[in-house]
Amino acid sequence: MREPRFGPTSIMSRIMLSRVAESIYWMSRQAERAENLARFIEVTLHMSLDPTESSVNPWEPLVQVTGDNEWFEAKYGQATCQNVVQFLAFDEEYHSSMLTCLRSSRQNAKSVREAMPTESFEKLNEFYHFVLDSRAPQLTDPTADFFEQIRYHALMWTGVLDSTMSHDIAWHFVNVGRLLERADKTSRILDVKYFNLLPRVEDVGTAIDDLQWSTLLLAISGFEAYRREHHLMDIEKIVAFFLFHRSFPRSIYSCIAGAEWSLRQIEKESGSDYTGHAQRSTNALRHRLKNTNVKEVIAGGMHQFIDRLQVELNEIGDALGQDYFYANQPA
Amino acid sequence: MQEQSQSQSQSVRLRAKTPLPSLPNYQTDGFYDELVDENNIARPDAESLISLFNNLPPGELSRRQHAIERALYRMGITFTVYSDQAGTEKIMPFDVVPRIVSAMLWKHIDAGLKQRIRALNRFLCDIYNERQIVHDGIIPAELIDTAPSYLKQCKGLKPFNDVWCHITGTDLVRDNSGTVYVLEDNLRCPSGVSYVLQNRHVMKRNFPQAFSASRVRPVSNYSSQLFQLLCDVAPPHVANPTVVVLTPGVYNSAYYEHSYLAQRMGAVLVEGRDLVVEGDLVYMRTTSGLQRVDVIYRRVDDTFLDPKTFRKDSCLGVEGLMDVYRAGNITLANAPGTGIADDKVIYAFVPDMIHYYLDEEPILPNVPTYVCQKEDDRKYVLEHLDELVVKAAGESGGYGILIGPHATLEERAEFAEKIRKDPRNWIAQPTLELSRAPTVVGDHLEGRHVDLRPYILCSRPDDVWVLPGGLTRVALRKGSLVVNSSQGGGSKDTWVAAEAGQAVASLHNNSPE
Repeated sequence: MREPRFGPTSIMSRIMLSRVAESIYWMSRQAERAENLARFIEVTLHMSLDPTESSVNPWEPLVQVTGDNEWFEAKYGQATCQNVVQFLAFDEEYHSSMLTCLRSSRQNAKSVREAMPTESFEKLNEFYHFVLDSRAPQLTDPTADFFEQIRYHALMWTGVLDSTMSHDIAWHFVNVGRLLERADKTSRILDVKYFNLLPRVEDVGTAIDDLQWSTLLLAISGFEAYRREHHLMDIEKIVAFFLFHRSFPRSIYSCIAGAEWSLRQIEKESGSDYTGHAQRSTNALRHRLKNTNVKEVIAGGMHQFIDRLQVELNEIGDALGQDYFYANQPA
Repeated sequence: MQEQSQSQSQSVRLRAKTPLPSLPNYQTDGFYDELVDENNIARPDAESLISLFNNLPPGELSRRQHAIERALYRMGITFTVYSDQAGTEKIMPFDVVPRIVSAMLWKHIDAGLKQRIRALNRFLCDIYNERQIVHDGIIPAELIDTAPSYLKQCKGLKPFNDVWCHITGTDLVRDNSGTVYVLEDNLRCPSGVSYVLQNRHVMKRNFPQAFSASRVRPVSNYSSQLFQLLCDVAPPHVANPTVVVLTPGVYNSAYYEHSYLAQRMGAVLVEGRDLVVEGDLVYMRTTSGLQRVDVIYRRVDDTFLDPKTFRKDSCLGVEGLMDVYRAGNITLANAPGTGIADDKVIYAFVPDMIHYYLDEEPILPNVPTYVCQKEDDRKYVLEHLDELVVKAAGESGGYGILIGPHATLEERAEFAEKIRKDPRNWIAQPTLELSRAPTVVGDHLEGRHVDLRPYILCSRPDDVWVLPGGLTRVALRKGSLVVNSSQGGGSKDTWVAAEAGQAVASLHNNSPE
């Protein structure tokens, strides 16, 4: 055979197919969504084992988190442990149940399998089959243990991706998908729980239920991190932890800062001197978070603040499509 | 044959002292068996494997069978049974007992395949240009011109390096005497090579000792060979070609293979919608805009490649791709038009092609074939439908086929009618007693019929490489002769034994084979 004609480097570490970028982004978002649903259910299962004086139905907020309450009520009626688990974890008719998300995530992964490390696909495949195979027993008797295992599957999935994949453009799309989804879910859990635990501004400063607020922190794996910094449960501090913490990986600020960094890397790697719409919006959002303090948020209404945040997150998602997923011009 | 292999390795020399291992309770039922002879004694190069079977504790074979099935499931090498919504998935059936090809037999197969590909490639160059073989009266013009796979749009084309059939997967079978025949030449988009590589990967993990002792030749370098081939046949003016694999998409039954090969080669896996033609060049849509593409390993059928030139309703292809191809700015592997060479009627002429183009005697015989277009042949076929296998000329995958001895009177009458109506579309062959290989059935071994599909790469008319291995397909149903995976077939790993001096696959190779 003659000397091979190919050189040592391939352009594919610097660029990627738009379709692949989009699929990778959604693969990552959907797996992250599944993980967050498991977290919500797990903490609620724990909480419901500790009877409290509060008369609030602990399953109700989980439905509100989704924003699809009407759909839920039409199908299931009153929220109970069983039907919320069925809805959030295994309902194949619901577009964002854990199972539907994992199935779409895996389908997206299948369509970009060549661009991912083998171990990562196999991990996601195992994750999906674990959920699918557990469906029957969990529908009759949901256990916190099962949802804890989901959390570990998810942590391993992200860990496998981070430690087997080159941190090139493809990985940065994984990261953007993961962090935008996480920011969204962190804000939703705060929104709904806050509303239930503390409906009126005047209640700030009154005695609060330590257990309920701890649960909130547990849902984002933040209980220990919070305790190390603050020891005592304090509403303003908890809200600030959720929204503005600089280094805790599930706080909204750190999700947005991470997504912004990845978007910057994507543009740097592809040698573009144009700043995309998505990156500009992310940057603006991060600055806004940085310059807002918790008292303003509480005074102005937590719900309004989070509403606006979610609109901005959606805009960033749309901008990604225009910036990267529908290419038309020769480079 | 035995003398030759005795000189190869120490382990074989020890044979003089210990009797050859045999499979005590196994029945060959009068068929040619790939692993043992008619007295159940191990064939050359199968001794270590047969000894291993005899020494395994009871139940171990089915335990390993299950372990491998689980591994394939975990790797996601599955196809969906109903629809993905139902979530029911199955692995491609796999049998843990490998098929062993002795070094000497492989030498014969290797030489025969190289010869055949050289002749077929010459035929393709000729038939789309000068048509000398028609002018010289070897193949009747009407057989060519009536073949649906003869693409008029490809007349006058000259692919780079004069290579048309870059990648081929030829189907071989053996009869009761052990003679190897070519059953089909698959020159379009032959699939299955990913199973060769994955089967090897799981077998090495589950039968390490027998594998090492059997001195098996490696298959793991297939993807490097394929990538190098694709670079070698790139448009000559491109220094550092960009290679892509074109797939019909995630719902195609061979999608896993497309994805696997792209991943192994580090090439981009694209769908038709990822590509666009602008100004006589092909580009792919990337996150940094459009990027030029130079070589397409296409796993999309000819007529779906370009709606402008071929089927207007294709949404799998790229509008204008054939214009770029004609302008010499893109390589398509395989070249469009190769289907004419594996038309089942044209197949009957391959031995003549070997004589005509190479002036050589065919090393691997064809299965005797009756061409129904010829009056004498047609008459014979119609009178002997109960003995023959009848095949449609343009079909593959085990479709459009009548196995005479297993067919009902009505089915035979139906085929007789079809043959009379459109003789050009039919050929017939004697029903071969396909060779068998031991296969796990429950907790024991039974013989099942097998074929063999080796993979051949051709980067220049005289530079042909055969992967030492191949896909052994096995008809898992007792007595069945149909090995196609679409019809209840499974696969086995194929161990080609090394001769002295040939590379042996390493067990401790990190890159999965």
